[in-house]
Amino acid sequence: MGPIVGDLIVVAGSIFIVIGGIGLIRFPDFFTRMHAGGVTDTFGAGLVLTGLAIQAGMSLITVKLLLILLFLWLTSPTATHALANSALEAGLKPKLDRQEEAPSS
Amino acid sequence: MKHTVGLILVLGGIWVLWSWHFTPLLLAFGVLSCACVLLIALRMRIVDEEGAPIHLPLRLFRYLPWLFWEIAKANIDVAVRILRPRLSISPRVIEVLASQRTDVGYVIYANSITLTPGTVSIHTEGDMISVHALTREAADGVLNGEMGRHVSRLESAK
Repeated sequence: MGPIVGDLIVVAGSIFIVIGGIGLIRFPDFFTRMHAGGVTDTFGAGLVLTGLAIQAGMSLITVKLLLILLFLWLTSPTATHALANSALEAGLKPKLDRQEEAPSS
Repeated sequence: MKHTVGLILVLGGIWVLWSWHFTPLLLAFGVLSCACVLLIALRMRIVDEEGAPIHLPLRLFRYLPWLFWEIAKANIDVAVRILRPRLSISPRVIEVLASQRTDVGYVIYANSITLTPGTVSIHTEGDMISVHALTREAADGVLNGEMGRHVSRLESAK
C-alpha cells in the first residue's frame, strides 16, 4: 500500500512539473511565466518530495526530505521575488490585460 | 535570553537530525559548531525576535495547513489555465496593504503571496506590496485580505 501511494504522488508531482514547463512556453511574457514556474516550484517539487518521503517510510530520510521541502519553500519565493523585482527595476513592464485595465485603475 | 535558549535548542536539534551519530568525537564536533554559530550570532546581535523567532513554530502549525490548502487550490487553477487550448488569463498589477507590525510578518506575507501560484509580489514600498496577478480571481484572492489576517495572527501578541 505505502509504496504504491508514494509512487502515485511522485508521478502526480512529475505531471505538475511538466505542466509548469508547458506554461513557461505558452504564457506571453516574463511575469506571467513566473506563475507557471511557481507551479513547478511548489506543487511539482512538493509532491515529488512528499512521495519520496512516503516511499522511504518513517525514517531519518523522511525527516530530511521534509526539511529539504521546508527550505525549498522558504527560499524559492525569495528567489522568485528577487527575479521579478530586478526585472521591474531594470525597466521591464508587465504585459497587462488591455480590456480590463481601464475600469480597475 | 529565551531567544538564546531557543536558538541553542534549534541548532542542537537540527545538528542531531542531520548527523544521527553519537560517538563522543562527532558529538564534540556538533557542540563545537553549535557554539561557534551561537557566538557569531550573539556578536552580530541578531539573536532577537527577528533572528530567532521562537514564537513562530507553534503558530505555524495553524498557519501552514491553511497555506498548503490555498497553494493546492491555486496550483490546480493555474495548471488548468495552462492546459486550456485558449489561454484564459488576464494579467494585472495590484497594490495591497501589508498591515503586519513586524518585518518577519511582512516577509512571511510577501513570501506567501509569491508562493501561491497566480500571484507574485514584485515590489515593496513602505507598507504597500505590488502584486502581479495572473487572473482577476487571483487578484481578488489577495485583495480580500484573508491571507494578511492569517499572517497577522502569527505575530507575537504584545
